[in-house]
Amino acid sequence: MTDFIVYGLGRWVHIMAGVMWIGLLYYFNFVQVDAMKAAGADNPPTGAGITKHVAPRALFFFRWAAVVTVLMGAMILGDKIDDALFFKEKAYIPIGIGAWLGLIMFFNVWVLIWPNQKKILGIVSATDEEKTKARRVAFLASRTNVMLSMPMLFFMVASKGVFRAAGLL
Amino acid sequence: MKNPLDSLWGTVISGLVLTVVLFFLARTMMGG
Repeated sequence: MTDFIVYGLGRWVHIMAGVMWIGLLYYFNFVQVDAMKAAGADNPPTGAGITKHVAPRALFFFRWAAVVTVLMGAMILGDKIDDALFFKEKAYIPIGIGAWLGLIMFFNVWVLIWPNQKKILGIVSATDEEKTKARRVAFLASRTNVMLSMPMLFFMVASKGVFRAAGLL
Repeated sequence: MKNPLDSLWGTVISGLVLTVVLFFLARTMMGG
């Protein structure tokens, strides 16, 4: 029963939450950034609805999906978490690299993206200068996460077969 | 030099390069 909860339900929820997290990350980077640029160039600007109604909802599911993904990932690793994170066991090196990339991305979400998005969206007060700086920091942290998501997904999902074929596992 | 993360293509190419670098790092760590 414990195995079913940890490895069955845990992995299922981990992947669902991960799809939501990375899906919304890709939505922001592949869709919303350019859409907001185009909306800002309209006369009059037409992006207010996205800022008011879409972005806060997307950010809510984005940051909490990140929490669920990381918690479920830690639950699946269980007592092997130190083998993975400190690369103690060969078989856990790929998932350990994936986990570190995921943790860096989680840090970016909660420490760099969300606090700066609160300033950009007017959830907390900020001067125009602070908003300009916040926009740049949040943008680069978000783009960094897109970049990191590629090796993260490779090591989480695809690498085992590659290393097995190379006779390393 | 322009920051590659300012463009989507730059970001995707950076991600691919990082994947390859980490793959060889992991392979070395695993004794390959």
